[in-house]
Amino acid sequence: MRDVSVIGIGQTKVGEHWTTSLRHLAWEAIHAALADAGTEAVEAVYVGNMLAGALSRQQHLGALIVDFAGLRGVEAVTVEAADASGGAALRQAVLAVRSGAAEVVLVVGVEKVTDMVGASGTTAQVAAADADHEAVHGVTSAALGALLMRRYMHENGVELADMAGFSVNAHANAVGNPYAMFRRPLKASSFVKGSMVADPVNLFDSAPAGDGAAAVVLCPTEMAKDMVPSPVRVAASSLVTDAPALHDRADPLVLAAANTAAGRAYHAAGVVPGDIDLLELHDSFTVFAALQLEAAGFAQRGEGWTLAKNGDIGPQGRIPISTCGGLKARGDVGGGTGVYQAVEVVQQLRGAAGDCQVPNARRGMTLNVGGSGGTAVVHILESIE
Amino acid sequence: MELPRHWRLQNQRYGLVGEVCDQCGVKLFPPRDVCPSCAEPAHEQYTFSGRGQVYSHSTVYSAPAGYEEYAPYTVALVKLDEGPMLTAQLTDLGDQEPEIGMPVEMVTRRLRAEGEQGMIVYGYKFRPVMSQGS
Repeated sequence: MRDVSVIGIGQTKVGEHWTTSLRHLAWEAIHAALADAGTEAVEAVYVGNMLAGALSRQQHLGALIVDFAGLRGVEAVTVEAADASGGAALRQAVLAVRSGAAEVVLVVGVEKVTDMVGASGTTAQVAAADADHEAVHGVTSAALGALLMRRYMHENGVELADMAGFSVNAHANAVGNPYAMFRRPLKASSFVKGSMVADPVNLFDSAPAGDGAAAVVLCPTEMAKDMVPSPVRVAASSLVTDAPALHDRADPLVLAAANTAAGRAYHAAGVVPGDIDLLELHDSFTVFAALQLEAAGFAQRGEGWTLAKNGDIGPQGRIPISTCGGLKARGDVGGGTGVYQAVEVVQQLRGAAGDCQVPNARRGMTLNVGGSGGTAVVHILESIE
Repeated sequence: MELPRHWRLQNQRYGLVGEVCDQCGVKLFPPRDVCPSCAEPAHEQYTFSGRGQVYSHSTVYSAPAGYEEYAPYTVALVKLDEGPMLTAQLTDLGDQEPEIGMPVEMVTRRLRAEGEQGMIVYGYKFRPVMSQGS
């Protein structure tokens, strides 16, 4: 198998883009990534998206987006794995280059949530859950997070205020990210006062959905060295599934898919959790951040929350997370999230993350989770010596 | 109108009818025909007692389309006495605060209505156990 590297990245600001359509957002990210890579010779495009069918009444994004982006005729297809669509699309692109099926491949993750207003966004998001056995009972994504959070607090003796550090860190980091949705700090004292979404998950615990697109260009590492000054190697890529319904998992407080995906990635890259300089995880709710730190081997079961409380997750901490704001403050871009995570890690490894820069970042990991844990995608990226 | 998908599930929704795995004997709800424990076929029907305990719960304030009129309502993960866990709303709580570990029993209630002219979807909800041993 061939070694694969990232040679170009692009992203739009995350937010409410009332005047910009889904295809336009995707094009902006693609345009930026191709300019960054210095090539337009793309052989295949993988689109990560979750909600366009429900919220924009638009499927067939592969053909739509490449046509709009001036790439008509190029192989293109959508990859769907709920909120993990972006990471799953990135993995398909990695496989295409590794296998030799293509040389230069582009991934774009895009979500457009403001085409419909009202409860339609909440309704579309919960399609990631089991429609017949979860959604029919009126659960929402936030409610699934809340069911996990209440049990997590109960089993581990955690108070709501103990979780504040995750949101506070995400917001503090987003201040330095010009692409973030909410570039303002959050006080720990405000965290517990957020209006309730699904008890005990409140507004400051849950990530805001935003429009946005991010793109990554990949090619064989051998080729990459001649194309750009600082390519970033894909050291590992893994995707693992679990039961999509929370109630069907033997122990809901263990994100088994994330655990296995991280384990496979560490093995493939020949590293251990202590070798990871930063982690972009899927912090759609604070409890997910805690559970993913545990699943990825940065904390024992039931102790993920202590990393936030002890300041271990800040840019100078033991394992910096959500370094550009994470889902909580950069914004939750649904099926685009996994590609944003990769763009952010590449920025860090290039030393180009500006005010969000983690000192001496050489190796970063992304953990993109679909639904309440039914899909987990992990990528480990490394700067080339 | 999503008539067929709800009609198809009437036995499990109204009667809490699941399955037993032919091979390893594990009891399954919702029924799924393939045992997740041993991957063997599970064909034999099994009617659950409807008794269980609250594993976790959440009161939903921001509801999806079709459920706004019921908000706030309480959803729960209920661990059935026979083993499996399911997702359902808690009902008939009165002044009682839901609690982890609370014993509950199944009742059949309206899950949602699709407008004045539309279909009414019925199914299981769980209420605090009214009397022991009944």
